[in-house]
Amino acid sequence: MNNIAVIDYDAGNIRSVLNALKNLGQSAILTGDRSEILSAERVILPGVGSFGDAMSKLENYGLIDVIHDVCDSGTPLLGICLGQQLLFDSSEESPGVKGLGIIRGTCTRIPDGTNEDGTVRKIPQIGWNDLSYPQTGSGCEGRLFKGVSEHSYVYFVHSYCVVPDDRSVIKATTQYGITVAASVEQGNVFACQFHPEKSSDTGQKILENFLTIPKLSIKEAGL
Amino acid sequence: MLTKRIIPCLDVKDGRVVKGVNFVNLRDAGDPVECGEIYSREGADELVFLDITATSDSRNTVADMVRRVAERVFIPFTVGGGIRTAEDMKAILREGADKISVNSAALNRPELIKEGADHFGRQCIVVAIDARKRRQHRDGSQFENGEKWKSEDGWTVFRSGGRIDTGTDAIEWAERTCDLGAGELLVTSMDCDGTKAGYDIDLTRTISERTGVPIIASGGAGTKEHFYDVLTDGKADAALAASLFHYRELSIEEVKTYLKERGIPVRS
Repeated sequence: MNNIAVIDYDAGNIRSVLNALKNLGQSAILTGDRSEILSAERVILPGVGSFGDAMSKLENYGLIDVIHDVCDSGTPLLGICLGQQLLFDSSEESPGVKGLGIIRGTCTRIPDGTNEDGTVRKIPQIGWNDLSYPQTGSGCEGRLFKGVSEHSYVYFVHSYCVVPDDRSVIKATTQYGITVAASVEQGNVFACQFHPEKSSDTGQKILENFLTIPKLSIKEAGL
Repeated sequence: MLTKRIIPCLDVKDGRVVKGVNFVNLRDAGDPVECGEIYSREGADELVFLDITATSDSRNTVADMVRRVAERVFIPFTVGGGIRTAEDMKAILREGADKISVNSAALNRPELIKEGADHFGRQCIVVAIDARKRRQHRDGSQFENGEKWKSEDGWTVFRSGGRIDTGTDAIEWAERTCDLGAGELLVTSMDCDGTKAGYDIDLTRTISERTGVPIIASGGAGTKEHFYDVLTDGKADAALAASLFHYRELSIEEVKTYLKERGIPVRS
């Protein structure tokens, strides 16, 4: 059995994700093969580029059903950056393109405007921003952030952000003129808008947490 | 809140860091991996590796360095120097670099910026601009005796490592690169570089106000105050320095502590 499958669909720079996993002592394979993905203990959906391009690649490689099957089986799935946005129904970036639809909601562009200090907000957001946990004390804290203190910094590069219908799936936020959903969790489906593989020790801790998430039983996954 | 970034720059030749990094506990001051690791531990927000190898057969050496750095350094890093084609960009990005920086090649053939942005996304295309204050008025007339440069005289862009004055206006070039798809600008003041007398505040502020992308200021850092000035008055999003950090005249931590005390958001 392969420990971790990183889904291969020509999604730009995935070398860093593999390196970060290797640094944590994990063997990961980069694969677009259905059976390899479905037999993995954990699956990562990376992504850099545009929503529409990425969806058409996933479709061409026959990976849309595979990703749905991963979620249905209760195997932990982690979407990173564009990989978070793809889990949703649609995106303003590519009107008319259907997303994976695993989490209900859409993706919108960071609005133009000015920052707290009066400077013009630059898009994309590029750089380190800090995390807040909206679910603190609710008993539904994000499992990826166990042992990661609030206001830890992670590295973002993005122009679009996810807007879930059910706000309770948002486990971490960051401020960039608006409140950005930095991370979501629904069942065993996890995602980060930031790049944990480029977020130094904080990012390594978040990836490590993902590696400890147990598989859900079929019954739980179906809930 | 999005933080301001502090970025050490390492010059690399034939896969080795030149001018070395003067840190205790460093086994090999010329090893880009070790230098990158130590800066990452010290709180660098990003790294820039600038390949100054003059020969054209340095491609594989650079790709090999990128691969080794990416295996051990888990903060974003940019690689520049000698990148001329989208293929060159791909070779470096696929080994784990986050961004590539182009300079002379973009001046020779501006479409390179668009090709890079179309293929890899504009977030990974950094355009490096080496600018110098004009030594004569914009209309070509000479400065009178004792007449000093004023901001309306502007700056011109140099290429080929600062050896050739293209005559191109730096602000206009900055705007054009952004139209073509630059995701960030690395703006070096040739007047200030090496002086340790401070960044060119006018230059970075003007470019920051006239473009919508993040600006990395470079050239002239000598004190903590210089970082503060360029990140506030200079409206820069990030500040880069090389020898100041390498020779331990200032540590990244000292700079960040100073900035934080003065209300500048930095990652700690």
